[in-house]
Amino acid sequence: MASLSAFWRYGRRNPKLLGGLLLILVIVLIGLVGRFFVNLDDARPISAMPEMSPTWEHPFGTDGVGRDLFTVMVAAIPLALEVGLLAGAVGLGIGTILGFIAGYKGGMADNIIRGVVDTLLTVPGLVVLITITASIKSVLSVEVMALVVASLAWMWPTRTIRSQVLTMRERAYVKMAKLNGLSTMEIIWQELLPNLLPYLGASYVGAVSSAILASIGLEALGLGPQNEPTIGMTIYWAIANTSLIRGIWWWWLPPILFVIMLFIGLFMISAGLDEVANPRLRRTV
Amino acid sequence: MNVGALARRLGLFVVVIWAAASFNFIVPRLAPGRDPIQQRLGQMAAQGGYQQQGIDAMVKAYQARFGLDQPLWKQYLSYLGDIARLDFGTSIALFPTKVSDLIIHALPWTIGLLLMSTLLAFTIGTLLGALMAWPRSPRLFQYLVAPLMTLSAVPYYLLGLILVYVFGVIVKVFPISGGYSTGAVPNLSMAFAWDIVKHSILPALSIVLAGVGFWAMGMRAMMVTVEGEGYMLLADAHGLKPRTIFFQYGMRNAILPQFTALALSLGYIVSGSILVEVIFTYPGIGSVLYRAISGADFFVIYGVVFMIVVAIGLATLLIDLVYPLLDPRITYERT
Amino acid sequence: MSEEILQVHNLRVEYYTSKGTLPAVNNVDFSLRAGERFGLVGESGSGKSTLILAILRLIQLPGRIAAGEILLDGVDLAKLSLDEMRRKRLAEIALIPQGAMDSLNPVVRIRDQFKLIMRAHDDSLSKAAITERIAELLKWVGLDNHVADLYPHELSGGMKQRVCIAMAIALRPKVILADEPTSALDVIVQRRVMETLANVQERLGATVLLVGHDMGLMAQFVDRLGVMYGGKLVEVGPVRELFKDPLHPYTQLLIQSLPSLEIQSEFQGVPGLPFSLTDPPSGCQFHPRCPRKMDHCSVLAPQLQEVRPGHWVSCHLY
Ligand SMILES: Nc1ncnc2c1ncn2[C@@H]1O[C@H](COP(=O)(O)OP(=O)(O)OP(=O)(O)O)[C@@H](O)[C@H]1O
Ligand code: SF4
Ligand SMILES: [Mg+2]
Repeated sequence: MASLSAFWRYGRRNPKLLGGLLLILVIVLIGLVGRFFVNLDDARPISAMPEMSPTWEHPFGTDGVGRDLFTVMVAAIPLALEVGLLAGAVGLGIGTILGFIAGYKGGMADNIIRGVVDTLLTVPGLVVLITITASIKSVLSVEVMALVVASLAWMWPTRTIRSQVLTMRERAYVKMAKLNGLSTMEIIWQELLPNLLPYLGASYVGAVSSAILASIGLEALGLGPQNEPTIGMTIYWAIANTSLIRGIWWWWLPPILFVIMLFIGLFMISAGLDEVANPRLRRTV
Repeated sequence: MNVGALARRLGLFVVVIWAAASFNFIVPRLAPGRDPIQQRLGQMAAQGGYQQQGIDAMVKAYQARFGLDQPLWKQYLSYLGDIARLDFGTSIALFPTKVSDLIIHALPWTIGLLLMSTLLAFTIGTLLGALMAWPRSPRLFQYLVAPLMTLSAVPYYLLGLILVYVFGVIVKVFPISGGYSTGAVPNLSMAFAWDIVKHSILPALSIVLAGVGFWAMGMRAMMVTVEGEGYMLLADAHGLKPRTIFFQYGMRNAILPQFTALALSLGYIVSGSILVEVIFTYPGIGSVLYRAISGADFFVIYGVVFMIVVAIGLATLLIDLVYPLLDPRITYERT
Repeated sequence: MSEEILQVHNLRVEYYTSKGTLPAVNNVDFSLRAGERFGLVGESGSGKSTLILAILRLIQLPGRIAAGEILLDGVDLAKLSLDEMRRKRLAEIALIPQGAMDSLNPVVRIRDQFKLIMRAHDDSLSKAAITERIAELLKWVGLDNHVADLYPHELSGGMKQRVCIAMAIALRPKVILADEPTSALDVIVQRRVMETLANVQERLGATVLLVGHDMGLMAQFVDRLGVMYGGKLVEVGPVRELFKDPLHPYTQLLIQSLPSLEIQSEFQGVPGLPFSLTDPPSGCQFHPRCPRKMDHCSVLAPQLQEVRPGHWVSCHLY
């Protein structure tokens, strides 16, 4: 309780972080608590009349093949988060290791890593992912999707962590630690990592956010896991069935609102964490 | 820029292109189970139909070149040879249209749309961002910060969907699909040009709206940094006019990282615009790609992906070559 | 001596911080005579830069000139409109910045920066006139003419500072404010830059207000010296007299702590710490650190008064 109120007090000084966390919390709650109120089987086709507008029984209506769209949302949220959290973790893991090597060792290793990262960053990620997913469409599951997306989610973390390590390496406390005879590993664990935590947090949120963005984009092109009710798939079917111009707003609006809420939430968290990491920013915002 | 640096940069471009081509070669062969191309061709051949003859010929051609009877390196070399001649094969779904023809017809639409909307977003966003950070700006600009930040967090294509609904269904002021009116015959008249512009407004608007936030946020942060620099204070102490300080001292310096950001985010912009094209059934590369995905038309997918990588590679190359002209401190590498 | 060109009366500058109002310059009163060199010393945070910026009306939020008059040739700068003030800058009163490391626009050639500042004050200037003037100015500060076609990053620190001096005198101002113009340079370059400044000052007959930490440099360069402590001017007098016979206990400690006047000598040796400006001590601000403090010092604030001809001090001892 005490820590909760301390958090609340801090949150009032960092409204972005607090607001972002609350938004994400709402989304997560819909996904987790929602399961106890719906029958997840209703997310399958032909579980109701198709293209029904919202009623009490089907609060978000049904889609063209009779999926209950509220159930679809409840089932889809954990899937989207799973892809994001998993891909983000893999991306951040790789990024942290490479960022540390590049920033701490410098020299040749730094040159190579930086060159590869900067080059890959200019490559259109979604387009590369399209090639991969189109080729393995038949075996795509949520986990495979996460791994595929993760294959391009490590460049930004590498870049930010490298530059942070670089500046921290120069700071006095690292020099002091060196003088005291600590090994490189000890310096990294005891001196660098703790100071990097807010940056790692912000990077993680950023990686999760772009992973979800990429996966929803792929799904909306029809390249997602074929047997799962995902957000992107719902958008795909909504577009493919011209729900927009036929005025079936309940089909496309909920997934869009969900995605917008999710991204604004993640963006606010990452901006809030930036402020934690870099208090100087506070004045400028 | 010295010759060595130029050569290195060009070399990097070639490497990226080569890597993209090789990637397209390897991925289908790494796919679990059977090569998806062969699988798809087999499927088509089994289906039969009026295109039967052509498909059979295609299966033969594919197997002659890439079949298991050939050693891998030979397949690879002949593949690279084809790519170098921009020969991506024929479409499976639209047999016997050549993939390169599909791309050539779609490319001008995409380039036009993207060039126009990205330039607009970049210009408006950068200017707004600079004004938001400028202490002498009217308060109005401060109120823009929150909405622009929100916009920058929203993916392009979702804005597109909302725009379709608002301007295409509720208030029907702009056409919501196609590159020009169905039935219109492409010609060089003003009326047709206006028709094209009208059709591009909503897709462009969704790219611009989302982009403006991104560019404005970046510029604002950079401008705040620049304002702390000594030359800004000295410019004021020298009695320069506020206009001069804003444009030639403030923006001139703060805009430099924006170009680096532009080079780094072209891929993201293009990716987003693919979905925008799909939503507005705009006759560009994105729609071609979308149809190819639905029809498992692998040669088209690989061809389009390759061309996109090449185009973005070229654009970043261009930015990198121009950048040293803007920043005298940089002779070659982006920092 | 001659007429007073710059008069500062009761100047007060405040910064508004989260800890409260911070009076960085607190009721400062002094005048500069035409053609003189006036030095201003004081420890870090005593308000020297703030004072200079306030004279130029360059204090930015969260700060503000809260009160006072700044008379330049009889005209109160504090009352001018923004554009009138802009025209005074450089034309009549110029700044030589601290360090100069980042004082020049990095993406504009020196020549074009000169052009911009000259045109800002007189847009009828012809190209030829500008080119000629730039050549002349660079010669004055001992730089080769080709420097004009370089970018700032192609110049050394000393060259940049000379360019800044050349810019400051471009319109022959009456008053030049120099805020630690040599603090970022190494010793030899420092000396040469100071010589340059002395040269152009003599040629123009301009008044110079020099801010610095280096007492040795002050002793060589200035005619009169002011000492600041905690945003207040605590002593003003002819530089020789001040060195030989400092009156304020703070000045006395400063002078005593110097190893010798001839070598470069930044003062550090005054015992105790500066106070927090948001929460100043009562009475005389120096009393917590003052070795000669008396009972009423912590109650009553002393005023700056002339205790000898031309020698002012703010201390209850006099
Ligand atoms: N922009 C600002 N916002 C808040 N406080 C400021 C600002 N600028 C200066 N100050 C405060 O005003 C006081 C005087 O600062 P000033 O820079 O004038 O000192 P100084 O005598 O020039 O010091 P130094 O010798 O280090 O240059 C300091 O306490 C400083 O913290
Ligand atoms: S007034 Fe008192 S405390 Fe202040 S300097 Fe003089 S003697 Fe010291
Ligand atoms: Mg200072």
